[in-house]
Amino acid sequence: MRSDGDRAPLLLRLAAAGGLVYLLAPLLIIFVYAFTTEEKSFVWPPPGLTLKWFAVAWSRPDISAALLLSLQVATVATALALVLGTLTAAAVSRTRFFGRETISLLVILPIALPGIITGIALRSAFSTFSIPFSFWTIVLGHATFCIVVVYNNAVARFRRTSASLVEASMDLGADGFQTFRHVILPNIGTALLAGGMLAFALSFDEVIVTTFTAGQQQTLPLWMLEELIRPRQRPVTNVVAMFVVAATFLPILAAFYLTRGGDEIAGGGK
Amino acid sequence: MSAIDTAPPRSLGGRLGDLFWRRPGLLVALMLMPPALWLGIVYIGSLLTLLLQSFYSLDEFSGLVVPEFTLATYAELLRPSNFDIILRTVVMAALVTIASAIIAFPIAYVAARYARGKWKALFYLGIMLPLWSSYLVKVYAWKLILAKEGILTWLFGTLHLSWALDAILAIPAIGGNSLSVSYIGTFLVFVYIWLPYMILPTQAALERVPVNLIDASSDLGGTPAMTFRNVILPLAFPGIVAGSIFTFSLTLGDYIIPQIVGTSRLFIGQAVYTQQGTAGNIPLAAAFTVVPIVIMGIYLTVAKRLGAFDAL
Amino acid sequence: MTAAVSLRAVSRHFGSVKALDDVDLDIAAGEFFAMLGPSGSGKTTCLRLIAGFEQPTSGHIEIFGERVEGVPPYRRSVNTVFQDYALFPHMNVIENVAYSLMLRKVPKAERLKTAEAALELVQLGGYGARRPGQLSGGQRQRVALARAIVNKPKVLLLDEPLGALDLKLRENMQEELKSLQKRLGITFVFVTHDQGEALSMADRVAVFSEGRIRQVGTPEDIYQRPNTPFVADFVGSSNVLPPALVERLAGVRRYASLRPEAIRLGGEARLSGIIVARSYLGPVTRLAIDAAGLRLHAVVPSGADLPGEGDTVGLGFDSAALHLMGAEP
Repeated sequence: MRSDGDRAPLLLRLAAAGGLVYLLAPLLIIFVYAFTTEEKSFVWPPPGLTLKWFAVAWSRPDISAALLLSLQVATVATALALVLGTLTAAAVSRTRFFGRETISLLVILPIALPGIITGIALRSAFSTFSIPFSFWTIVLGHATFCIVVVYNNAVARFRRTSASLVEASMDLGADGFQTFRHVILPNIGTALLAGGMLAFALSFDEVIVTTFTAGQQQTLPLWMLEELIRPRQRPVTNVVAMFVVAATFLPILAAFYLTRGGDEIAGGGK
Repeated sequence: MSAIDTAPPRSLGGRLGDLFWRRPGLLVALMLMPPALWLGIVYIGSLLTLLLQSFYSLDEFSGLVVPEFTLATYAELLRPSNFDIILRTVVMAALVTIASAIIAFPIAYVAARYARGKWKALFYLGIMLPLWSSYLVKVYAWKLILAKEGILTWLFGTLHLSWALDAILAIPAIGGNSLSVSYIGTFLVFVYIWLPYMILPTQAALERVPVNLIDASSDLGGTPAMTFRNVILPLAFPGIVAGSIFTFSLTLGDYIIPQIVGTSRLFIGQAVYTQQGTAGNIPLAAAFTVVPIVIMGIYLTVAKRLGAFDAL
Repeated sequence: MTAAVSLRAVSRHFGSVKALDDVDLDIAAGEFFAMLGPSGSGKTTCLRLIAGFEQPTSGHIEIFGERVEGVPPYRRSVNTVFQDYALFPHMNVIENVAYSLMLRKVPKAERLKTAEAALELVQLGGYGARRPGQLSGGQRQRVALARAIVNKPKVLLLDEPLGALDLKLRENMQEELKSLQKRLGITFVFVTHDQGEALSMADRVAVFSEGRIRQVGTPEDIYQRPNTPFVADFVGSSNVLPPALVERLAGVRRYASLRPEAIRLGGEARLSGIIVARSYLGPVTRLAIDAAGLRLHAVVPSGADLPGEGDTVGLGFDSAALHLMGAEP
C-alpha cells in the first residue's frame, strides 16, 4: 500500500509521532542516566553529569566475565543456528515432502511458546537425565530458539531465488555441490549474514531461558537481572545498559542494509 | 566429444553429487536430519518430560516428587489462590493486546502508506531498535521512568499535574504507592515491550493493501471513514490478529516484568518460577506451564480461522 | 545418420496429470526445430526432459544415439536458454558466460577470451563488466544465449526465447537466431506458443496438444496441410468445416480446413452467410461471417465496395483450397 503525493491527516500523524516517541524515548533516557552523578536513586533530571562510572564499570571483573561468557555463548549458538537453520530452509523451500508443515511448526515453536516454557522444559530434562549445568547447556537452549531467525531469513531468500538459477547452473555443468558453492551460497549469503547477526543479538540478550539453563554461571543479561532485583551499584548498571543498547544498534543497522529490498526482517519475529 | 559424459565420476564429491541428483529425497532427508534431531529430541523431548511431570504430584510431607500418574496437580490449579493467578494473567494479556493494537495501528498505517525516504528509515529504526534492544535494558529504562523520583513524576510536577498522577495512583486495585509498584506500571511496560510485535505484522498487512483499492472506494463515493471501516480495516485485520498472537503469548509467559515493575501478586510466569525454584514443586510448575500452552492452542486455532497465518 | 534427439514412447506423468503421453519424436542434427503448442500442452516438459531437469516416467530418450535416462543435466552436452534467462545476479556478464568454462577448470585467460568471443557473437562485445541488472531485456537474452553456446553444446534448447521481448526486438532476434544457428551448425530446439514465430524460424515444427504431438512437419506442411482440426485452428486460425458440410461440398464425410484468405466474396457462391463483424487491417480486411450457425472468417483485399455488417454475401473458393483432414475432431 503506497500512495503518492498525499499526506496523512493531522490526527493520524500526531498519533504516529506519539507512538514513535513512546517507542524511542525510553532508550534515549538510558543514555542520559549513564552519565548521572546520583548514586542512590533514579532521580530526574540528573543532578550532574560525570564520566567516572565508565571507568568503574570497565574495571569490574564480574562485568567483563559476564560479557565474555555472553559473547562466547552467542558465537557458538549462532554458528549452530546458522547450520541448522540453513539446512532446514533449504530442505523446506526446495522440495515438497510429507511433513513439511510440521517442520516449519517445529522451528517456530521455541519462539511461539513463552520462553519460560522452553526454559523450564530444558531444565527438567537436564535434571531428569542428570546433565550438569555448563557452557553447553546454555548454548543448547540458545541455539534452539535462534534457529528460527536464521530459518526465516534464509527461507525468504530461497523463495526469491528463482528455481531456474539452480537449473541453469546444473545445465552448464555444475553438480549439486558446485551449484551450492557458486550459485546458492552467494545468493543467500547476505540473508544468512543478516540472520546470523540477529541470532547473535537474540542470544546475547536472552535472559528467560538462560535463567533455567545457566546454573551458577552468569551471562551479561543474568548479571543485569541480578542488579535489577538486588541493586548494588546503580550507576554501573546504567553504564552497562547504555553499552548494551549501543551494541545492539549496529547489527540492526547492518541487517537493515544487508536485506534492503527484501522482506526478511519485517515479520521475521524475535 | 561425446554428447553425454557417461564415464562414472572419479571423485567422491562427484559420485555423491550424482547420488543426490538421482535420489533428491535422500538429500532432503540428510539435510533435515540434524535440525529434526535437534528440535525433535532436545526440544520436543524436553517439553514432553515437562508435560509428564505435570501428571506427577508432590508428597506434602517429604517434599519429593511421586512418580505416579495423578490429576491431583491439575486440581490444585483450580484452588482460588492459583486460579486467581491464571485469571489475572489472562486479563492482563488481553488488555495489553488491545492497547497494543490501538497504539500500533496509526504507526503501522503511516509507516506503510505515507513514510518515504528519510521517514521510512526513521520508522524502521523506531520499530526495530526497541524490538531488538535488550529486553532487560528496556525494563530497566521503565523502572527509571516510573520510579517515584523518576521522569514521569517530574513531568507531571513540571506541568503542575501532580494531582492527576496522585488521583490515578489512588484508584483502588490498579493504583499503588508509585507507578513502578502498581498494575498500571506493569501494564505500561508490557505494552511497550511487545508493541513492535504488533506493529510489524499490521504494517506488513497494510503494505499489501493496494492503493487503488482505496482510490476505488473513494471513487465509489466512500467517505474516508467508510473506506477505513469497510476496506482498510478488514484487510489489515489478519495482520492485527497475527500481532496479537505475539502480544498475548508473550504476556502470558513473562515472569520478569511483573517481578521488577508491579505489585507482589504473582503472574503465571512467576508462579512457574517460584514453584520450580524455591518451592521445589516441579509438578505444579509443569501444570502451570500447560495453561499458556492450552490457551495459546485455542488462540492459534481461532487465529488460523481468521487468516492470521498468511499475515505472519 | 543418427538423430540429434530422439524420443521413443516417452511419457511424463505428474500424479494423474499426463504432461507428456507416449511421444515419439526425431530431431535431425543441425536442424532448427520448433515445439509449438498452447500452454499446458507438454512442449516445455518435453524440453525439460531433453535437458535432463525431468526424468521420463516411461520410454527412453537418446541424444546423438546415447541413452540419457538417469544422466544428470550437468553431464549432457545440451544447454538451455531459459525463459526468464536465469542469469546469475551475483556475477557480471563475463562471469556468467564463462561459468561453464570455470567449472571445467579452463585457465582464466583462456576462458575470458572464449567468453568474450561468445559475447561478440551475440553482439555484446565489451559488455562483460556489467551486471545482469544493468542490462535491458534484449541484452539479457543475448547474454543467456552467449552463456549457453560458449561450451559448443551438441543441442541448444530455447524455452520461449522471445516471449518477454517487445515486437520490434522480437523480429530482429528471430533473424539473428536463425543466422546464428546457421553459423554454429548446432541443433536448435525451441519452444513457443506463437505460431508465427514457429513458422517463420523453424525448419520443422511439432504441434503439441494435451501431452501429445498432433503433427510434425515443415511450416508449409503444418500451415497448408494440417492433419487435425486442432492444428488447423491453432496454426493460423483456419476455418474448420464439420464433416456434414464437407460431405455436401466435397462428397466425403471428413473434417476439412479452409484458409481465410482462400475465401472470395461473390463469383460462384458455394456457401452464403451474414457478415457479423468487419475489421480493417490495412491492405486486407477480415470478415466474420455467420453461415447458418457456422462461424467463418475470410480475409479479403480492402476496398470501397466491401459489404457491411448485416449484409448477406455469397462465399466462393477453389476446391483445391479445401484441405481434407481426418474424420475425428
